[in-house]
Amino acid sequence: MNPFATAGELLAALESGDVTAVALTEAALARARAGAELGAWLHLAEDEALARAADVDRRRAAGEPLGALAGVPVGVKDQIVTRGIPTTAGSKMLAGWVPPYDATVVERLRAADAVVIGKLNQDEFAMGSSNERSAFGVVKNPWDTSRIPGGSSGGSAAAVAAGHVPLALGTDTGGSIRQPASLCGVVGLKPTYGRVSRYGAIAFASSLDQIGPFGRTVADVARLLGVLAGPDPRDSTALTSPVPDYLAALGGDLAGLRVGVPEEYFVGGMEAAVEAAVRAALTQLEGLGATLVPLSLPHTKYAVATYYILATAEASSNLARYDGVRFGHRTRDRVSDIADLYAKSRAEGFGDEVKRRIILGTYALSSGYYDAYYLKAQKVRTLLRRDFEAAFARCDVLATPVSPVTAIGLGERVDDPLQMYLMDIFTIPSSLAGNTSVSVPCGFDGGGLPIGLQLIGPPLGEERVLRVAHAYEQATEWHRRHPATNEEVG
Amino acid sequence: MGSADWEAVIGLEIHAQLATDSKIFCGAPTSFGDDPNVNIDPVTLGLPGTLPVLNRRAVELAIRLGLAVGCEIDRASRFARKHYFYPDLPKGYQISQFEEPICVGGRITCDVDGVEKTFRLTRIHLEEDAGKNVHDPKSGRSHIDLNRAGTPLVEIVGEPDLRSPADAVAYMKAVHQIVVALGVSDGNMEQGNFRCDANVSVRRRGDTAFNTRTEIKNVNSFRFVGRALEYEIARQIALVEEGGEVVQETRGWDDDAGVTRSQRGKEEAHDYRYFPDPDLMVVQVDEALVEAIRADLPELPRDRRLRFERDFGLSTYDADVLTQSAARADYFEGVAGAVKDPKLAANWIMGELLATLNREGQDIESTPITAAALAELIALIEAKTISSKMAKGCFAAMVSDGVSAKDWVAKHGGQITDEGAIRDAVEAVLDANAPQVAEYLSGKDKVIGYLVGQVMRQTRGKANPQQVNAALRKSLEARR
Amino acid sequence: MEIDIRHVARLARLDLDDAEAERLAAQLGQILDYVAQLDALDTSDVPPTTHVLPVSTPWREDEATARLDREEALAAAPEHDGQAFTVPKVV
Repeated sequence: MNPFATAGELLAALESGDVTAVALTEAALARARAGAELGAWLHLAEDEALARAADVDRRRAAGEPLGALAGVPVGVKDQIVTRGIPTTAGSKMLAGWVPPYDATVVERLRAADAVVIGKLNQDEFAMGSSNERSAFGVVKNPWDTSRIPGGSSGGSAAAVAAGHVPLALGTDTGGSIRQPASLCGVVGLKPTYGRVSRYGAIAFASSLDQIGPFGRTVADVARLLGVLAGPDPRDSTALTSPVPDYLAALGGDLAGLRVGVPEEYFVGGMEAAVEAAVRAALTQLEGLGATLVPLSLPHTKYAVATYYILATAEASSNLARYDGVRFGHRTRDRVSDIADLYAKSRAEGFGDEVKRRIILGTYALSSGYYDAYYLKAQKVRTLLRRDFEAAFARCDVLATPVSPVTAIGLGERVDDPLQMYLMDIFTIPSSLAGNTSVSVPCGFDGGGLPIGLQLIGPPLGEERVLRVAHAYEQATEWHRRHPATNEEVG
Repeated sequence: MGSADWEAVIGLEIHAQLATDSKIFCGAPTSFGDDPNVNIDPVTLGLPGTLPVLNRRAVELAIRLGLAVGCEIDRASRFARKHYFYPDLPKGYQISQFEEPICVGGRITCDVDGVEKTFRLTRIHLEEDAGKNVHDPKSGRSHIDLNRAGTPLVEIVGEPDLRSPADAVAYMKAVHQIVVALGVSDGNMEQGNFRCDANVSVRRRGDTAFNTRTEIKNVNSFRFVGRALEYEIARQIALVEEGGEVVQETRGWDDDAGVTRSQRGKEEAHDYRYFPDPDLMVVQVDEALVEAIRADLPELPRDRRLRFERDFGLSTYDADVLTQSAARADYFEGVAGAVKDPKLAANWIMGELLATLNREGQDIESTPITAAALAELIALIEAKTISSKMAKGCFAAMVSDGVSAKDWVAKHGGQITDEGAIRDAVEAVLDANAPQVAEYLSGKDKVIGYLVGQVMRQTRGKANPQQVNAALRKSLEARR
Repeated sequence: MEIDIRHVARLARLDLDDAEAERLAAQLGQILDYVAQLDALDTSDVPPTTHVLPVSTPWREDEATARLDREEALAAAPEHDGQAFTVPKVV
C-alpha cells in the first residue's frame, strides 16, 4: 500500500477487505526499520502491535463492531505513557522505565482499535525546538536529513512525513506540535488547553501542555482529534464540554470568514520565503471567500519572556519527582547522604537543556523572586489572553506563520539557548492564552523545505480552525507532496 | 515555669488525618497497619504523567471542622505546591494550601485548671500527608513505605495565645476531642493520625513583642507536650538570663532523657518555593454545601458538658466523664430522660456500668445493658420496688444472665417495705440476740450495724435498709 | 545579571561541575536580562492567570478504587527489599 495513504484511505481499504490490519502494521514496522536513520523511533512494539492488528482482523471478519481507527498504525510520542512499552520522554532519567499504566489518550486509541506500533523520539522532556536534545540521538528531517525536523515532537512529525505511519501523537507546550509539523510539511494541531486529557502526558509545564494529533491531511487530524478529545475524571484540568464531530465540521467554502492578520507576526526577522508563502496563503484564503482583517496583538513581544518564566518554573516543579528513589535513573557512584544521591542521579539523568530550565525555573520560584518573576509573568499572561479575546471579537481565526525559519541545519543553533527560544515566537502566544491552533502546509522554500501556516482559534474553536485549514488544503496541492522515500532514493 | 518575670508564648500546629476511605488526591485506600506499599496507585507514587483529583469528603470534613470552631469558610480556596526533597515525598513537593486556605480564623474554648479560656485559631487548611521512612540499622538503608503518602490532613494552626504548658495541653485535648466528636478524624495518636508541633518563645512579662521561637516537632501525646514545653521554656529562660540568645531552630523531645534536642541538620532553612498548583483549580464551595454541613453539625463535647451541668445539675467532673464520647453522652441522656433523678443515672453509669464495660471488654454502643435496660432498673429503685443494695445484685444478674430488671424482680421479689413484716423480722432478731440488745441499751450504738445485718439476713436482703434501721431503733427503745 | 548558581543548584538538587556552573550562570544571566523586559509593563491592576479557563476544580467521590500491585511498583525501583523502596540511610 502507498506509504503516504491517509488514515481515511486506509480505513476504507480495510473495510473493503483490500488490505488487512496485520499487513498494514507489518508495512509500517518495515518502513520504520528501513527509515531508522531518521532516528524517529525510540521503540518499536512489534509483537504487541501485530497481536493487536490480528485481533482487529479477526473481529472484523467475525462482524464485531470496531472502533473509529480500527487497524490504522499510529505512533506515540515518548512523552506519553504506555503500559508495558518502555517510555523515556527522550531522557536517560527514564531509560528502561516500563510504565504500569496507560495514558488516557492511549486507552482511547486502544478503544478506537488503532494499532500503536511504537514510541517516537523527541527533545528530552519536551524541552526543545529541534529534536537535537534527545538523550537517544537526533531526529532528522525527512525532506533533508542534514536538517532538524523541529521539536520537541520531532520524531512524530518525521515519522508521519516520511510515511512510516499516517497518524501520530505529539505534545505541544509552546509549539512542539505545530513547529515540527511546519518544518516537516505535515498537519499538526494543538487543542484548546484542557480539550485533551493530560493524564499520562509526562508533565513539562502543567498549565500549557496539551497532547495533539499529527497527520498528513486535515481530515486525518480531525479524525484522530475526535478519538483523543473529551472529559477525563483523572485530569482536573480537562474540559467537560462534549466533543463535536470534527470530521463532519469539514467542508464548505469560507464565505464570510474573517481572518485576522496580526501585524506583530509579520515584523522583520522572518525568512523571505516563509513570509512569501504565508502571504500567498492569505491571498488564497481571500480567494476562498474570506476577508482579511489587519489587527494588533500588542503584547506579543512579551510572550517568549513570559513563557520562559512560567514554563520553566512549572517544569522545575514537575521534574522534582525524578530522584532515583522509586523509578528512573539512580547514580551508581558512592554517595554521602540522600541529598547527594539526588544531586548526582539528577545530574547524570538530565541533559543540559533540562538542567538549564530547571535552574531557571527554580530561580524564578525561589524566595524573594516569586513576585518579580512568576507572579509578574502570570499577569502578563492575562494581558496576552486579553489581546486574543479582543482580536476574536473582530475575526474568526487568526492566520500567521508558524516558524520564522524553515528547517535549519543540525547543530546550527544548539549552543545558543536564547536563539532557540526565539524560534517559538509565533507559537508561544496562543499557548499562553490556551487557544487552539493548527499548522497546515502552505509551501516550500527554494531548497524544498516545507513552510507551515498557523491558524489560531478561540478556546474550543477546533471545528473552526480545522474547517478553514481543510478548505485551504483542498484548494492547494501541498499535502500531496512527500519527501523522497528510501525506495525512491534507492 | 521559670521566674515570675517571664512569660511563655506558645502556638500549636496540629495535623489531623481525615477519616476518609481514600486519599485526598487519588483513589488509593487510606488505612493503617497494612503491609508496606499496598495502599498505593500510580498517583500516590508520583509516577510520570499522573495528576491529582480532589476528594469531596476531605473538603466536607474540613468545612465541618471549620464551622464547628467558628472559622470563616473561604468559598474559593486554592492548593499550592510546597517543594522539598525527601524520599517519603514522592513528587518532590507536597500539595498543601498557602495563601488561600479553606478555613480562616476560628477559636478553641477549653478549661485550664477550672478556668474557661478561649484561644484563637489562625487557619485550618487541607494538605496531603507524606509516606514513612524507616531506618534499618542492620542494612544501613532506609525503607520507604508510601501507604500513608497522599492521606488527607487538616493542619490546624493556632495563634500564639497559649501562655503555659497547661494551656497547651488543655488546648490540644480540646482540639482532639472536637475532631473525634465530629468524626473528622479518629485522632489516634499511636497510629500517628493526630500530630502536634509546638512553637515556643519566652519574653519578659509585660512585653508585647515576640522573641525568637523554637519549634518542637512531633510531640504526639498530651503528656509529652506538657513535659516538652516545661523543659523548653525553662531552657530558654535560663539561656537568656545567662546572656545567651535563643536560636530559631527545630527541636525534638526526648522523653527518656527529659530534654529537647536541636534537630538542625547541615541543610539550610527550607525555601519551599510555593506557587499555586497548576493541576488543580480553585476549590469552589457553594452556599448550599456550607449550610448543609452547618445544619448537620452535632453538639460539641464541651457544649454538651456545659449543658449537662446546667440542665441535669451534674458536677463538672461527672459531666466531663459522661461526655468523654458522644456515645456515652447519648447513653446518659437516654437513661436520664427515662428516670426522675439524673444524678442517680450518672452514678450508675460512671460506677457499675463503666466498670462492667471495662471488665467485660464491651463498648457502650453495643453492650447488652442498653440505656433502656438500665433506665428500667433505676426506675425500680426510684419506685422503691427494690433497694439500692438489691439493685446491685439485680444488675449483676443482668450482666451475667442477660435477664431484664423487671424479670429479675418478678423472680426474686421486690424489697420488703411492709412495716408489719419488717417489725416481725426485727422482733425475731432481737429475741434471738439478747446480748446485743443489752449492749445497745447500755449505750453502745455501734452494735446496731450488726443487728441491721441480721435483719437483712433474716429477710434475705430484701428488707428496705432505711425502714429496718428505723424499726430496729423503735423496737429496741421499746425494750428499754 | 548575577545569579548564585550554586545556591539554586542546591535547591534543585543538581550537581554541577565548575564548567557547567559557569556556563549556566552566563546563559541564565542572558536569559534573565531578556526576561527583564517584562518590568516595562504596568501590571498593577492586572490579575494573574492561574488557569486559562475560569473553571473550578472537580471533586471525586471518596471511594477506594485505585490500586497498583506492589510487585509492579517495586519492579521499576532502582533498589528495594521486596516490600519497600530503599535508599541510603536518611538521617
